[in-house]
Amino acid sequence: MQLISLISLWMIPLIIGFILLYATFKKVPTYETFVEGGKEGIKIAISIIPFLVGMLVAISIFRASGALDFLVEFVRPAMQAIGVPAEIVPLSIIRPISGTAALGMTTDMIATYGPDSFMGRLASVLQGSTDTTLYVITVYFGAVGIKKMGDALKVGLLADVVGIVVSILVVTIFFAM
Amino acid sequence: MVNIIWVAMTIIGILFAMINGTMDKVNEAIFTGAKEAVTICIGFISILVFWLGLMRIAQEAGLLEKLASLFKPVVRRVFPEVPPDHPAMGYMLSNMIANMFGLGNAATPMGIKAMEQLRELNGGKIEASRSMITFLAINTSSLTLIPTTVIAIRMNYGSASPTEIVGPTLVATLCSTIAAITIDRLFYYRRMAKRR
Repeated sequence: MQLISLISLWMIPLIIGFILLYATFKKVPTYETFVEGGKEGIKIAISIIPFLVGMLVAISIFRASGALDFLVEFVRPAMQAIGVPAEIVPLSIIRPISGTAALGMTTDMIATYGPDSFMGRLASVLQGSTDTTLYVITVYFGAVGIKKMGDALKVGLLADVVGIVVSILVVTIFFAM
Repeated sequence: MVNIIWVAMTIIGILFAMINGTMDKVNEAIFTGAKEAVTICIGFISILVFWLGLMRIAQEAGLLEKLASLFKPVVRRVFPEVPPDHPAMGYMLSNMIANMFGLGNAATPMGIKAMEQLRELNGGKIEASRSMITFLAINTSSLTLIPTTVIAIRMNYGSASPTEIVGPTLVATLCSTIAAITIDRLFYYRRMAKRR
């Protein structure tokens, strides 16, 4: 495990060093190229603002009004009926919508049930095996101006459902036995 | 669909606030939500400028093509529309690798660049192409090798073995990514069938 934390610590600096050395060896004007590429970053960051403002305001309204809590309570019995532990329901619904809220909930679950409990482990695995679909789509498509998303949202959300189901199965098999 | 979800979240929220008497909280949420979004975007500038600058160097030096050709056999099947040596492939792979190591901040700029290249490949249309949808499906199913944040939280709360979830997470992530690709294929063939 120490090796893994060492890798994640060294990873970025090593990549940076490697790219710079390799490019210098290939006679790329590194600094000028860096500045050229970096300029694009400013444009992209600014252009995402309206997409993210729209999405985050809607999510904030939905959450602050209590509608999200209601939704969670509403689907809870159905989820429990198919064997999904009730405690994981709020996190499962939040995860595709809001990354920061999901991280907060995961932290809360680990604090409440303990990191080595079934729920604590489940929250940990779920956090790692799903992503904030709505946010990723908003940022990626927003940045390049894709207006017609096709099936992207449906596919992304269905993949999240699979991720949640698989997480429950895997944690049960790995730990609960 | 995003239009419907967006309007639905807002309107349902407002209706709920009427019933629940949480209108004051909704008012606050409108402004904090907007502010949060701008804060995130401004925070993006530093990351985007740095990584896009570095990625441009990597591209000029031919590193992205090298990376793409390394994984050619696998990704060629997943993205049949993208020419194997196209820069889009290099950006997509860099994005996935960064995601695997939990470097979300480094992954976003490369994901955006990949999308840009994919849009070009698609003739600059405002419609999402097949490859874009596949790429998003893989991205949102989150290929994680080392869930660093979660490990840190577990350490904080005194777990006996903070890293014990690495294995299960890997298995879960693999399953969900494979499922995402499968679901994506199913939807693609459905689209094709409809068009005919």
